[in-house]
Amino acid sequence: MATQLEPDVHADEEAFRTEVQQFLANHFPDELKGKANALAGVDGPTDETPAQTKWREAVGERGWGTPTWPKQYGGGGLTKSEAKIVEQEFAKAGAYNPIGGMGVMMFGPTLLEYGSEAQKSEHIPPICRGEIRWCQGYSEPNAGSDLANLQTFAEDKGDHYVVNGQKTWTSGGQWADKCFAIVRTDKSDKHRGISFMLIDMDAPGVEVRPITMISGTSPFCETFFTDVKVPKANLVGEEGQGWTIGKRLLQHERTNISGGGSLARLMGQSLGEIAKKYGETDADGELTDRVLRDRIADFEIRWNSFLLTARRAVEESKAQGGVSEISSVLKKVGTKLSQERSELLIEIRGLQGLGWEGEEFTDGELEAVRGWLFGKATTIYGGSTEIQNNIIAKRVLGMLDHQ
Amino acid sequence: MAVLNEEQEMLRDMAREWATNESPVTEFRKVRGAGEPRAYSADAYATMAQMGWAGIIVPEAHGGSDFGFMSAGLVVEELGKTLTASPLVATTIAASAIVLGGSEEQKAKWLPRLASGETVATLAVDEGAQHDPSAIETSVSGGKLTGKKAFVHEAHGADLFVVAAKDGLYLVEKGDGVALTTRKLTDQRSHADIAFDGAAADRLANGGDSLLDDVLARAQVVTAAEMLGMAQAVFDTTLDYLKQRVQFNQVLATFQALQHRMADLFADLAQMRSAVEAGLQAVDSGFGVGRAAIIAKAEANRVLHVISNQGIQLHGGIGMTDEYDVGFYLKRARVLEASWGSSSYLKDRFAKLSGY
Ligand SMILES: Cc1cc2nc3c(=O)[nH]c(=O)nc-3n(C[C@H](O)[C@H](O)[C@H](O)COP(=O)(O)OP(=O)(O)OC[C@H]3O[C@@H](n4cnc5c(N)ncnc54)[C@H](O)[C@@H]3O)c2cc1C
Repeated sequence: MATQLEPDVHADEEAFRTEVQQFLANHFPDELKGKANALAGVDGPTDETPAQTKWREAVGERGWGTPTWPKQYGGGGLTKSEAKIVEQEFAKAGAYNPIGGMGVMMFGPTLLEYGSEAQKSEHIPPICRGEIRWCQGYSEPNAGSDLANLQTFAEDKGDHYVVNGQKTWTSGGQWADKCFAIVRTDKSDKHRGISFMLIDMDAPGVEVRPITMISGTSPFCETFFTDVKVPKANLVGEEGQGWTIGKRLLQHERTNISGGGSLARLMGQSLGEIAKKYGETDADGELTDRVLRDRIADFEIRWNSFLLTARRAVEESKAQGGVSEISSVLKKVGTKLSQERSELLIEIRGLQGLGWEGEEFTDGELEAVRGWLFGKATTIYGGSTEIQNNIIAKRVLGMLDHQ
Repeated sequence: MAVLNEEQEMLRDMAREWATNESPVTEFRKVRGAGEPRAYSADAYATMAQMGWAGIIVPEAHGGSDFGFMSAGLVVEELGKTLTASPLVATTIAASAIVLGGSEEQKAKWLPRLASGETVATLAVDEGAQHDPSAIETSVSGGKLTGKKAFVHEAHGADLFVVAAKDGLYLVEKGDGVALTTRKLTDQRSHADIAFDGAAADRLANGGDSLLDDVLARAQVVTAAEMLGMAQAVFDTTLDYLKQRVQFNQVLATFQALQHRMADLFADLAQMRSAVEAGLQAVDSGFGVGRAAIIAKAEANRVLHVISNQGIQLHGGIGMTDEYDVGFYLKRARVLEASWGSSSYLKDRFAKLSGY
């Protein structure tokens, strides 16, 4: 059977492309065609249909959901160009990548860099197979942008720690199996007193309380730790190295927010086309609302130059062999433009564009409203726009620290 | 900055060095002081042509280097940084019309002279204060062209005009039936209204129906490249100023309000550069040229507008003085913003091309 072939034996790319096509033909259930991965995000429960399970397991077995991760830990072990082929063929077939979530986006890459051999062997394979869901225990009531102010304390008890404190805004905390957290192991040093550790969400003393968001869903939680035992084996890196490791993870998070999926999703539909469906047009097929027309064009021009900027950042980084300066603006520009687009999308539809629920609204209309509301978070999390501005001013423009 | 090949890097470095050393803004001050309507130094332009810059988009067979628009844009950007006054942009645009629309004889006659700097040329399309290629009244009968053109760039130094008439583009030489009226604009460069009264005209018969649009796209991207240089220069100067000016016992750069404003301008400038470079590259690849040129010029207009205003504001009182350079950029900025498409014109075009 084609599935039993080792993915690293192909010599040339076309052979590999055929292999991917064959894999899709054998394993991708027709009924999932064109569907998004409902579970890849961090904000949904874990119920799967049999077809979804089948697809997740097939991709997980190959490691193609995490195509470039090392094979020894369950990744695909593919080169970048092979990974691109997987991505292209999946897209062509209308197949989503069923492996996702915070484990893939941020925790996995960080553990591969800083984890011990035992930790990598234990935690990476289940991520590659999409079996374990991770959540991020960073923010606390008094530690947001000033994350290093965190107070959750892990007391050294010899072979384990005892953790007490509260995290908040924990996305997917109510559905997660495990939590990667930064906690305080030393109260005398703000940054070097922080350690990075892995906590089981079903350990005694862990309690989550979902918080309802303005968009009506409850994708995140308050997480309380009361005398939670964490074995020392779950400390990543050294004690006191948590700030360094934690910041590295945030870089992966940022890359995911500003690039990739969210952009691709937006590209297909032109706001002008949508506006034509909802508004009046003249004999030439032009929008009669000239002010709205001007604003849509204004937005789309800037959106185009953003896509060009994202591409340029990649090309420059590749050519320089380091991160290009303009990468620093992608998060702030991309999230701002996405928000602007959401605003236009509801405005175009008038009150019909503000539906909360009911059959009088199309799915697209209702999704736009929830998306518009949820989208407000993108300029807050992953380092808010203001924090991005501080970073650009300090690191890229060399303006002195204002503090 | 787009990823460049070796040739392009050399070209850019050469232009940067020359502009910085031989053509800083003090040279523009001299030109302004001399008060000639031509408003550039003939010696400086001769030097530029000797370095091959007037022939960058001209085919090798006709005395150019055929490096393309991305390369031309690199040079123009560097010259924009120091506000170098020259007919290089105008001649490049006019040359592109001949490359696209000229017969073999026309090319052989004019392109070598344009590339060597011997002849200066310019494009004359608009007949009013706003860019509007759909409102052309100029007409030709029996090889004689008659009509009025408004605010033609570099008109005083030009020996050759590429003139848009109702039925296409024509070459008209300086001389009988060509009368200039100087229009002094805020940028203190050469602009003139031109009355053509039965001037001998030679049609650019190739290039098809889209010739005018294709030439205007080239005008938009090369102009946008000049604007990019200007925006970069104002940004850099302003950032330097904030790092040394002390108020309230601290350098201004340490105020967060100003840091965030500069971070915004930095992001805007990144967007502008991406759009302008993509516009130049689109002309070279021939793919999606019209749309890319509109995006390039629209982003150039938007960003240079904001940066030229903030350049004055963030310098405080000194920014208001004629002695300080930053005001020159503001004045040139508005002239270029209005040329070959204001922001509202470009957005209308973009919407049309996008089908709404
Ligand atoms: C939908 C969503 C999901 C999230 N998921 C997670 C998660 O899974 N795990 C997790 O740990 N956290 C998560 N977060 C938390 C997120 O990381 C924080 O909200 C973020 O770090 C901002 O902190 P804060 O909310 O305390 O705001 P604050 O830091 O109090 O900021 C309030 C405002 O002040 C501005 N500000 C703060 N400091 C400065 C400064 N120095 N200069 C200028 N302006 C400043 C901010 O930009 C913001 O506008 C999530 C947040 C949201 C909205």
